[in-house]
Amino acid sequence: MLDGRSLVKRTAGLRLWLSAGWLTALVIGAVFAPWIAPQDPLMQDLFTSRLPPFWMDGAEPGYWLGTDSLGRDVLSRILYGGRVALIVALIAGTATALIGATLGLIAGYYRGWADMVISRLVDIWMAFPPVLFAILLIAVMGTGLTSVVVAIIVIDWTRFARVVRAEAMAQGAMDYVASAQIAGRGRMSTLLTEILPNVLSTITVLLTLEMGIAVIVEAILSFVNLSVSTDDPTWGGMIAEGRLSIHQAWWVLVFPLIALFLTVLSFSQLGEGLKDRFDPVLN
Amino acid sequence: MSFLKIRDLSVILRGTNHRLLRGVSLDVGATEVMGLVGESGAGKSMIGKAVLGILPRSARIVGGSIELDGVDLLTLPPRQRRHLIGQKAALIPQDPLTALNPARRIGPQISDRLVDILGWDKARARARAEEILHDVHIPQPDRVLRAYPHELSGGMRQRVLIASAFAAEPRLIVADEPTTALDVTVQKQILKLIFEMQARHGTALLFVTHDLGVVSKICQRLTVLYGGLVMEEAEVGAFFEAPRHAYSRALLAATPRHTDPTADLTPVPEAVIAEARRAVAEADQRWHA
Ligand SMILES: Nc1ncnc2c1ncn2[C@@H]1O[C@H](COP(=O)(O)OP(=O)(O)OP(=O)(O)O)[C@@H](O)[C@H]1O
Ligand SMILES: [Mg+2]
Repeated sequence: MLDGRSLVKRTAGLRLWLSAGWLTALVIGAVFAPWIAPQDPLMQDLFTSRLPPFWMDGAEPGYWLGTDSLGRDVLSRILYGGRVALIVALIAGTATALIGATLGLIAGYYRGWADMVISRLVDIWMAFPPVLFAILLIAVMGTGLTSVVVAIIVIDWTRFARVVRAEAMAQGAMDYVASAQIAGRGRMSTLLTEILPNVLSTITVLLTLEMGIAVIVEAILSFVNLSVSTDDPTWGGMIAEGRLSIHQAWWVLVFPLIALFLTVLSFSQLGEGLKDRFDPVLN
Repeated sequence: MSFLKIRDLSVILRGTNHRLLRGVSLDVGATEVMGLVGESGAGKSMIGKAVLGILPRSARIVGGSIELDGVDLLTLPPRQRRHLIGQKAALIPQDPLTALNPARRIGPQISDRLVDILGWDKARARARAEEILHDVHIPQPDRVLRAYPHELSGGMRQRVLIASAFAAEPRLIVADEPTTALDVTVQKQILKLIFEMQARHGTALLFVTHDLGVVSKICQRLTVLYGGLVMEEAEVGAFFEAPRHAYSRALLAATPRHTDPTADLTPVPEAVIAEARRAVAEADQRWHA
């Protein structure tokens, strides 16, 4: 007989491992890009322009995934582009989680006027269309990595605030919180030792999802040329350029697209996998 | 002298003038077991929560006094009040499932309060936690200290909570229906354990329950509550011989007898409820005037 629970657990485990595997490879590739990358990602050479990937006729050794119309190595550019993507994911994701979760915890546990102010702010904030918001912000702050990160934080902190607030509120109503209070625990200390450990799994899941979102947002902004300077390789930028020569050199477009797709998918699968792992019913 | 002395305590639903407790007075002697009975919604838990300083946000104390060991809690600044309650009182909650933090090990959940309230160092608090788990007949206390709540059965968790309540040697324990959430088979054991611990430590006990049968066996006195109003307060012996109040008599008639569980039960008659309601309305009239 097929045991549904163990099947669910096994596929969940597989998803977790696959996505963790891809992300680990990506991190290693990005961190060690200067040593791993076969070519200088910025070096242009018209004699090697539009070389196809290694398995096709006309491929050159050392250019595994081919070159773009300026003769730059696609694999090397993907590795360096991964750096930008991961830095944005890490910084923007963490900062968004930190800000949103802190406000959510305060609103959900302290309630009262703090909750009123924070919840109202969240409501007002969410009334703005996010992409417009981001473009407006970058228009004001100028392009660059910092702007991208700030834009992501500004748009997405509400997601954390809302979910964490609801969770903190539910935990705050539990008897063990009352017990801590009877035992003379202060509010702050109760928040940190009793509530926080119980919302940490939610925060972690949201954080992983947020990192995926950050990678997409960065790709979109670099696609429309609002991210880092045009010289630095980014996946979004590569996709934008690859689009122009899709008929002559599809690989310039397809490989960064695959990298982007796998990364975003991995982050979201990692989040889902962690959620299952934290779910006590399935454990 | 009574250890807990509540006088004329009124609690309202915040933002309304609807009273949840209508001038409750209640005494619990220093080593006494006081039963608190009444139907669902009568305000039994509210009294316990008011004493322990954990009233829900939606409830507010608007009058009366709660004296713990001769000190009026309601006149103390919050910090001192919390400290005093922590030192002198503890709770055995109803639901062992939500009363332990699922994300923390059992050990610190017991020893934290010893560190916080009594100022003990960690090692001493841990040793005490192990000792008190032993006292509530938990086998392998050192293993349980390292366990998470979900690794324990409901009965075991309730033992942990009883241990935790007695750990800092409080002088008053509020037990709010401590067995209703448990399996029938373990209810008796847990009840026995509570009274064994109470007797050994000489703790005052405010015992909230629906079960008059239990009250008749283990309480010295009882208070009958209806609609946040005390209907009757009596010695247990006298009460079960002849309850003074009509509502109490009706409540007694509506309770299964352990001696004869098959005997017909009489639901509380309409007339008695009407009379109790009238008492509540009169109390409110006096209060609003
Ligand atoms: N969190 C709350 N906010 C507002 N009203 C509440 C809250 N908790 C209880 N009440 C109200 O206060 C009154 C007394 O409730 P309480 O919980 O003390 O009853 P109880 O006697 O303990 O009943 P039970 O036997 O069901 O536990 C009820 O009318 C109830 O509706
Ligand atoms: Mg109750």
